[in-house]
Amino acid sequence: MDLIAGVLAGETRAVARAISLIEDREPEAEALIDALYPHTGRALVLGVTGSPGSGKSSLVDRLIERERRAGRTAAVVAVDPSSPFTGGAILGDRLRMQSHAADPGVFIRSMASRGSLGGVAAATADAVKVLDAAGYPTIFLETIGVGQTEIKVVELSDIVLLVLMPGAGDEIQALKAGVMEIGDIFVINKRDLGGADKLREEVEYVLSFKNPQGDGPANPIVMASALRDEGIEELASAAADYRARLAENGGLVHRRRLRTERELEGALTRRLHELLDVHLDFSRQIHGWVDRLLRKSARPYALIDEQIRNFLKEARP
Amino acid sequence: MPTKKTRILIAKPGLDGHDRGAKFIARALRDEGYEVIYSGIRQTPEAIARTAIQEDVDFIGLSLLSGAHRELFPRVAELLRQGGAEEIKIIAGGIIPEEDIPFLKDHGILAVFGPGTSIKEIVDFLASQGHPPYQGKD
Repeated sequence: MDLIAGVLAGETRAVARAISLIEDREPEAEALIDALYPHTGRALVLGVTGSPGSGKSSLVDRLIERERRAGRTAAVVAVDPSSPFTGGAILGDRLRMQSHAADPGVFIRSMASRGSLGGVAAATADAVKVLDAAGYPTIFLETIGVGQTEIKVVELSDIVLLVLMPGAGDEIQALKAGVMEIGDIFVINKRDLGGADKLREEVEYVLSFKNPQGDGPANPIVMASALRDEGIEELASAAADYRARLAENGGLVHRRRLRTERELEGALTRRLHELLDVHLDFSRQIHGWVDRLLRKSARPYALIDEQIRNFLKEARP
Repeated sequence: MPTKKTRILIAKPGLDGHDRGAKFIARALRDEGYEVIYSGIRQTPEAIARTAIQEDVDFIGLSLLSGAHRELFPRVAELLRQGGAEEIKIIAGGIIPEEDIPFLKDHGILAVFGPGTSIKEIVDFLASQGHPPYQGKD
């Protein structure tokens, strides 16, 4: 398949097509990923998350600029939400990165969440593999603006940048239970706005309660302004230091192992779900089962046992 | 199971900054179930073509009010060809004089929608090209 050769050669068109196959769940996507898999694991995956409007895209834009100045290529996967009503989406993260649009050394892909929860799309993990195999040394993974539960990015990234901005009031208190725990590096963006120092103190306070048993080193806090191009060097070197320390203490290996485990579990579960349709016609039959349960002519676990027996009988070659 | 969705890039080449029409179209198409990539104003043809290829869109919708469409639109089509992506279809909107439409169609622009075009006309056109609104849920 010349698509594989194209991806490995880093050809833009091939990389873009490969990601579409994955997004659209075309049958050939799985063989493609298998073929690329031995070539993955070289890229640094930097997750970038934070509340809507905190400046994630603008920060990524600045970080790309820095990579390019150093002569390195870079890739971005930016996820925006799909409408749960129409399935449509407006993908606008590129707007803040269009200064790189004509640069062949930068690959930016917008991705709709297509019903996935957790702030990334089902296809995101495999899209990152394509970009990794294509040879991009750094892949930025920008999530949907997070609330409290959109934390899947941590499963896909080597390092997570959590972007905060002043003026969000007591938001930090609300965030501390969920999102605060997934950040490796805390970026206080828009540092020129009032309240940035107070936010820093609040972050320090919240971090002081963080479980010291985690695999990560101490969490750096970086004050930045993407708009004014300030603090970007500090942020980039904080990320590099953090990565080095993670590699030293085994954290990186541990995270990648965990990531592989989760991905495997997810993919296997998806496959089993598809097999349910193949062997039990699940999507249609479920309505009849629900009828039986509601009429109380069946009991839930007895019904499940019965169907699993049917499934195993059907699935036997 | 495959779940093919139609992706459309809405882009504004040239120097005019009037993006209300483009944003309106972007939202309307989103509401019809299309995935719309919006790349903003003042995009060069090079940036538009490269964006379309990276995003692997099915269509590019170009919007222009400044009058430079005779140069900029065919240039996008030419760059797509050079990038091996001639199957990406280009449609256009904005203020395009009637007499320019045959010229644009000869230069890789599939359809031109003038001011006052309804969303239904655009959706019907996309459907006629094999890209009906997405049916079903995620």
